[in-house]
Amino acid sequence: MPAFVWALPPLALLGLVFLYPLALVVQQSVRPDSGGTSLQPYADVFGSAAFRDALGTTVWLAVGATVGCLVLGFTLALVIAFVPFPGGKAVARFIDVFLSFPSFLVTLALLFVYGTKGMANGLWTDATGSTGDGPFQFLTTPWGVLLAEITYFTPFVMRPLLAAFSQLDTAQLEVASSLGARPARIVRRVILPEALPALAAGGSLVLVMCLNEFGIVLFTGAKGVTTLPTLVYGKAMLESDYPAACVVAVVNIAISVGLYGLYRVVSRRAGA
Amino acid sequence: MLVHSRKGRWALWAVFAVLFLPVFALPLAVIVMASFAGHWSGAFPSAFTGEHYEAATRGESLDALTTSLLTALGASLIALAAGTWAALAASRLGKGGRRVVDALFMLPVAVPSVVVGLALLVAFSKPPVILNGTSTLVVLAHAVLVTAFAYQSVSAAVRRLDPAYEQAAASLGARPAYVLWRVKLPLLLPSLTAAAGLCFALSMGELSATVMLYPPDWTPLPVRIYAATDRGAAFTGAALAVVLMAATLLVLFAVSRVRTRASYR
Repeated sequence: MPAFVWALPPLALLGLVFLYPLALVVQQSVRPDSGGTSLQPYADVFGSAAFRDALGTTVWLAVGATVGCLVLGFTLALVIAFVPFPGGKAVARFIDVFLSFPSFLVTLALLFVYGTKGMANGLWTDATGSTGDGPFQFLTTPWGVLLAEITYFTPFVMRPLLAAFSQLDTAQLEVASSLGARPARIVRRVILPEALPALAAGGSLVLVMCLNEFGIVLFTGAKGVTTLPTLVYGKAMLESDYPAACVVAVVNIAISVGLYGLYRVVSRRAGA
Repeated sequence: MLVHSRKGRWALWAVFAVLFLPVFALPLAVIVMASFAGHWSGAFPSAFTGEHYEAATRGESLDALTTSLLTALGASLIALAAGTWAALAASRLGKGGRRVVDALFMLPVAVPSVVVGLALLVAFSKPPVILNGTSTLVVLAHAVLVTAFAYQSVSAAVRRLDPAYEQAAASLGARPAYVLWRVKLPLLLPSLTAAAGLCFALSMGELSATVMLYPPDWTPLPVRIYAATDRGAAFTGAALAVVLMAATLLVLFAVSRVRTRASYR
């Protein structure tokens, strides 16, 4: 029996429960409720301000969160790997545990820290004695989502970085240092070039995951923040407008799968 | 060692603590604190009470925990079976074939989970197969979402497997099925258990596809946490979240014990 026959049963299963439903989503996106086949749903959705807002918000939040994760993750991984301290191993293990929790827990926690009745505003009113609301009201704005996404996704950048740093020959650092290079120069000229593939792979993975993030935005409870995934949910569950939900879904799939393909190419180059 | 002066090192560690503690440790600590709070209006919670846990471990909340555990168990088993089969089959294909199977099985990672939920809803709400409003559809959605991780982890292990073992077994006259069952699968056991733990943890926390599909009598814990916080019962939500984290960690711990024993065999 040729080898490919053995690959057929799992592929058939995948086709039945994943590829066929996806094809139906694409099909439904060109079938308006009025019947027939037309691109009218696309014209309607692209013409609506809600969709254009959601698209813009999704993209800038994802790009902003990715940049934030890269900067924060690189800094933290740098300290763990090259300025070791007692407990550094525990920190690395804590990050692994952090990765196994769902994303919405971060938003839930931020509600207690920066929410209207939360810790930060409580500290402020205790300190100033004022009776009004505290100064931290950003949680229901896109900035709250950005903070939550950076918090949750930074470990996804740190893990490949720590793996890359552990393979770096420390003799290179000693040589550069003994030749008189200052730490900032060593980071820029020795460590950063070695870390670039891991940064690129981690960054593009985080970009895709931010584009697809749903729990964080839903828990923020902000009516003002709509991203593509929450728009899909709103159209399908709250408005029962399935053709429109499918159109938004197709756009979201196109962006995410395109970027994911890029990630696969980058991470194969990085050997990760 | 990058920084040689003692002062510089301490300064860096201080920066690390200032970045790390508020961003990563504070959220988890705050959720645990809130789950015991009876009242929170100042800087810190007050009137500590265990009543949120009482509410979180009986009635509908207990049902939600059982639902989540059963869903995660079912989804992980399906994902493990399908992912392992696909990874083993793909390893015997040529380079082109393996790349196609790789791409197809990793595709669910790239597709937004909400869209996976929507797609299953669209596909199974009409004949020939109607699963709309059943627990089967929820388990199926979770399985679709986590299979990619099982596939990835097992196929990485298959690539690292030393072919000498199966060649030796085959040369001694073992049939392919026997080689698979007595040689390859036992060697893969550590990575299989790791994959099982990962799938289970991901399924326990799955929210995006679940909100599109869940029937009222099959409400997993994350949906319940959302419902609690959405109606303003944030402390109950926090207690439920602690239950979710504790259950996930317990299962991960149990799985890692199995893994240690498997790798010493």
